[in-house]
Amino acid sequence: MNQQDKAQNIEIGSKWQSLKKYTPARVALGRTGNAIPVKEMLQLKVAHAFAKDAVYAAMDVHLIEQSLQQLNFPVLSVCSKAVNRKMYIQRPDLGRQLDDASCIMLQQNSKGFDVGLIIADGLSATAIQLHSFPFIQQIVPLLQKAGLTIAPIVIASQARVAIGDTIGSILQCKVSVVLIGERPGLSVCDSMGIYTTYQPAMGLTDESRNCISNIHAKGLDDYTAAQKTFLLIQNSIAFKLSGVHLKENADIINLQ
Amino acid sequence: MAYRCTIRNNNYVFEDLKTVLAKASPMRSGDVMAGIAASSYEERVAAQMALADIPLIDFIQTDIIDYDSDEVTRLIMDNYDKLVFQQLSHHTVGSFRDWLLSEAANTETLTSIAKGLVPEIVAAVSKIMRNQDLITVAQNCEVVSRFRTTIGLKGHLSTRLQPNHPFDDEKGIMASIIDGLLLGNGDAVIGINPATDNPEKVAHLLMLLDELRIQFKIPMQSCVLSHVTTTLQLIEQKAPVDLVFQSIAGTQKANASFGISLSLLKEAYEAAISLNRNSASNQIMYFETGQGAALSSNANEGVDQQTCEARAYAVARHFNPFLVNSVVGFIGPEYLYDGKQIIRAGLEDHFCGKLMGLPMGMDVCCTSHAESDQDDMDSLLTLLSVAGCNFFMGVPGADDIMLHYQSTSFHDALYARKITNKKPAPEFASWLYQEGITDTEGLLLPTNELKTILLNSTL
Repeated sequence: MNQQDKAQNIEIGSKWQSLKKYTPARVALGRTGNAIPVKEMLQLKVAHAFAKDAVYAAMDVHLIEQSLQQLNFPVLSVCSKAVNRKMYIQRPDLGRQLDDASCIMLQQNSKGFDVGLIIADGLSATAIQLHSFPFIQQIVPLLQKAGLTIAPIVIASQARVAIGDTIGSILQCKVSVVLIGERPGLSVCDSMGIYTTYQPAMGLTDESRNCISNIHAKGLDDYTAAQKTFLLIQNSIAFKLSGVHLKENADIINLQ
Repeated sequence: MAYRCTIRNNNYVFEDLKTVLAKASPMRSGDVMAGIAASSYEERVAAQMALADIPLIDFIQTDIIDYDSDEVTRLIMDNYDKLVFQQLSHHTVGSFRDWLLSEAANTETLTSIAKGLVPEIVAAVSKIMRNQDLITVAQNCEVVSRFRTTIGLKGHLSTRLQPNHPFDDEKGIMASIIDGLLLGNGDAVIGINPATDNPEKVAHLLMLLDELRIQFKIPMQSCVLSHVTTTLQLIEQKAPVDLVFQSIAGTQKANASFGISLSLLKEAYEAAISLNRNSASNQIMYFETGQGAALSSNANEGVDQQTCEARAYAVARHFNPFLVNSVVGFIGPEYLYDGKQIIRAGLEDHFCGKLMGLPMGMDVCCTSHAESDQDDMDSLLTLLSVAGCNFFMGVPGADDIMLHYQSTSFHDALYARKITNKKPAPEFASWLYQEGITDTEGLLLPTNELKTILLNSTL
């Protein structure tokens, strides 16, 4: 190998490493034989451990209530029919339904609103603990400025996305907005997703919703997420629909 | 019509075909949640014994989901090859299982019967097969698909390079692609799951992939896995769409919950064909499926999740796909609870797809809330490699940073090729050599001997 080749090859090694600059993905791990070298292999294991622990973490409802009280908003705490984490994981149908006491409590607040904001633990209470309040702080002023009425904020434990259909329909909201902990991955265990649904009602499925995902420190920030959600809400009310037929093109038209 | 079996003086009566199928299915959380699983080990085997005695013709004479109300049932019953089925019509499910494992069922005969099989028969027979049976028969099948690379040839193992990024950053995506190419991945497709379904963004990503292909003369296919309606819109705008992607399921209602119908898929197929990008075949569709998809939208019509999954393969088969894969562990532990259930389902899905004539790959994967880990993924990867799976996913470090689940890594593909002595798709293997990534034997060169210019000019 001549000097010039050698120089180029060293460059390739360091250039391969430099791929890490562009993505949080696990690139340029090197290899030993066909395997991932030990340090990176163990990094993957510890990430898996973080994710497992996030799945089993419990949402601190009291702490979220305290934060929301700063906004002088009524807050209602409800539970799904899944009474614990193990049942929640194996029975998503129960996580979509409100327990009876919660139904009765919500019915007393049922008077019709433009927007219902629902905070649900989903599969990562860690995500909700970190991102739900900052997001609410961003979106509430946008909604108020637009003259939209907001229902009491609901905090739902052991909850799936579709619990927002029941909650939104009892509170008679035009649009429900569910903030939910997304299932933890190996890089991120605290990612929040947002689902908007026009005229929430029991029995709707995913094609009726719009989704904004990946809200976390290394993903979408709270401010941008609130802006996007606000546009989805406005478009849903204007076009009287949500889901696959409300493409994001509509957002662009509105922005211009 | 009711089916019966008596064990130790216990008389089991199964009221219809779909009940026998559900109760005969190996245990999984989704069927339990749906309330259709066997309630004891004994009842499950009783259902399997009853199932083994059922003539195949019963599956033709009975619609497990109503013909008039479900377009997938109509597709199945109107399109299977009746002449081919005639050759098999003397079998029961049990004797069909024995025939599949006999010397008579070689690659040629298995290929010749595929079109005569309805998915319910394929699902039924899989339920009375052990894991090794599923592997033996699948290994005997060879389903080859052709675009710029040839996928599924015996002795070859391909990957979908999956370079996802949380907000579709183009340099971030490109970094993962280069990493994968340098590790010999990407011969089935480079396929991005976009974080948003924004058509303009999707068009940008398609352009990015096509420019990469042209600049480095890579024999590859690209795909951005947006909803079929978005892809259709982009085809109208003449975006470089190699493959039309769509998630599909086995009932009309479940497909409706994905926002699709058979006529929409047909429209997309015809639109993509009109772009004339595949000169080797008419295979331009890429489908993903997964057990639990129908139940997750309350659209399983009382049918067990594995039979629903096989019905999705009938949908796929109708559109002559280039690639199909099940995302076996992706849908979650409420459908496949742990490593054991995921491994079993992965082998079933691969077997059913191959027997029906699909170019079947597999996303060997799990979510973090399932009771499984990378050791379980290694087991399934190894079993499916032996079974002759056409392709796996290649994700940097097995960690999908956008979809939040664990799949298989670029390294895993190298491992699987090594232990089963397989090579990448022939066209792609030649490119890897010409590009200075592999040696004459097809082995990856050490980093300090790489000659590729991929790293120099793409970022």
